Amino acid sequence: MAVGVTATAGAPGVGLSLEGDPRRRKRERIVRSLFLAAAFVSIVISALIVVSLFREAIGFVLRVDLGALWSDGWFPRRGLYDIRTIVVGTLLVTGVGMLVAAPIGLGAAVYLSEFARPRVRRLLKPILEVLAGIPSVVMGFFALTWISPNIVQTLWADATLFNLAAAGIGVGILTIPLVATIAEDAMHAVPHSLREAAYGLGSRKRTTSLRVVFPAAISGIVAALIVGVSRAVGETMVVAIAAGGTGGSLFTVDVTGPGQTMTAAMMAVATGSDRVKGAALTFESMFFVGALLFVMTFSLNLVSERFVRRFRRRF
Amino acid sequence: MAQVVEPTDVTASVRAALRGRRVDLGGAVFQLGLLLTLLVSFAVLVTLLADVWRQAYPVLADRGIGFISSNLSSLPQNAGIWQGLIGSVLLMLVVVAVAFPLGIGAAVFMEEYASDTRLTRFINANIRNLAGVPAVVYGLLGLAIFVRALGSVTGPDVHGRSLLSGGLTLAVMVLPIVIITAAEALRAVPQGIREAAYGVGATRWETIRSHVMPYAAPGILTGTVLSLARALGETAPLILVGAVTGFFATDATFAESFQDQFTSLPTIVFRWATLPDTEFRALTAAAIIVLLAVLLAMNSVALALRNRYERRW
Repeated sequence: MAVGVTATAGAPGVGLSLEGDPRRRKRERIVRSLFLAAAFVSIVISALIVVSLFREAIGFVLRVDLGALWSDGWFPRRGLYDIRTIVVGTLLVTGVGMLVAAPIGLGAAVYLSEFARPRVRRLLKPILEVLAGIPSVVMGFFALTWISPNIVQTLWADATLFNLAAAGIGVGILTIPLVATIAEDAMHAVPHSLREAAYGLGSRKRTTSLRVVFPAAISGIVAALIVGVSRAVGETMVVAIAAGGTGGSLFTVDVTGPGQTMTAAMMAVATGSDRVKGAALTFESMFFVGALLFVMTFSLNLVSERFVRRFRRRF
Repeated sequence: MAQVVEPTDVTASVRAALRGRRVDLGGAVFQLGLLLTLLVSFAVLVTLLADVWRQAYPVLADRGIGFISSNLSSLPQNAGIWQGLIGSVLLMLVVVAVAFPLGIGAAVFMEEYASDTRLTRFINANIRNLAGVPAVVYGLLGLAIFVRALGSVTGPDVHGRSLLSGGLTLAVMVLPIVIITAAEALRAVPQGIREAAYGVGATRWETIRSHVMPYAAPGILTGTVLSLARALGETAPLILVGAVTGFFATDATFAESFQDQFTSLPTIVFRWATLPDTEFRALTAAAIIVLLAVLLAMNSVALALRNRYERRW
């Protein structure tokens, strides 16, 4: 700096350095690279997830008797790894969950976005926020001790205490806030001029929200439902506690009976023995199921992101 | 036009049409139906709390503080949650030490340094995808990396199934949430604040440290406390990493306990909830009450921070 100032006396600009103190610039570079490294950690994590999941999963597929992947049920300790059982179990739980989460979540979203006055909104929105904060173990306990005897066994008298329906309802309740929040954001982003145009034509509030706002926000709403499905597929503790698939499960499509999902299958292996090891390929089977789950949720998230992007481009 | 309409007739009919407001019954029912969805959600919450409280009350009233300060036991009358409480606190320490600096650092890079290049777009998409990965999958990651590959470092005496492995797994799990919330807080700081700093000759880092951070701090803090609450309630990854669900005794010192076997509050809830013994059902409910109380306290802190320091630009 001192050099620059004296040199400017004769010819302006000659020898003037605006670069500043080299020590200060060095510190800038170091700090920047530290932050860059922190941002890079997320990529490393993704790479590690993919590598660790698929390495064990491929090892599993190479060593397992392929006939065991299509047998009567999921009994890892007996060497039976029927994929159908856990995939169909997952779909059943997710289906029941979305039967709960889709109408309630979307209804709440339409109400909060289109009908609620600011004060009512401030009063009602925390309900969803608190619901989102309930840990899934707690919901699992509730599904087992309350939902199952009071709802599922009332609807189907011959339902067992551990059943897929109760787990599905529990999963659905946990998915409500997610669906509601994303769908509400989507409807909130619909420009006001569309609503005003509808009112100008004499539409009522109900017609406006159902025939104008809802269709305009449809891709965001679809995205909300897909993210909800993705979340429900990956939900673990509710199913592990309330669906009753400890040890294994036969292939079933009956939601009133016990069953096994992909996530709960992993938990069953992990809690089955003191050490996550056990017989034969049980350890690897967890990673196989995990890889399958990862691929499913990852593709669902990608699809939902595509929908969101399409929605953003329109408005 | 053959028919001549008198202007007074028009105004009269328009006026009549405007005045004759029919009751929109369908609309009212529709609106009520929508409101009902929120009321159902509220009813679920109330039922959940009431049901858990009803089951927990005998234990809490009977044992009081003894339930919290007792260790795990196979006898329902002796079993308590002390080890789980300590385990959860230590796990949270690991999460705070690992996920917060990394997450906030990454957020600062993405918001303050990164220009819109292919690489930063990739990092951004990657972070969003990580946020959507189910918790169990993080458990598998922890099992493969922290327990198996790095077991000799994280817990040489317990085959890697140590508190450190569990804490690191949780830290990795909440990292994307920390990044996303911190980035949001940084984005909310107006550009003028940064320009003011640049105007007096501050470098980028000096601007961030002295201008951006102080304004973004409350928002970042709220986000981090909320993600900590999320980590506290998470169970599945810890079970996969090998949290002890039964009885265990340890005389490890504070420093040693990170490499020792561990359990946590939600892990105990899971273990007890799956026991067939009905006496443990009440204990499960009591443990849930403690867990919810801790979570409520953390969320209140986050909310209080937000309200106290919220800035309107």
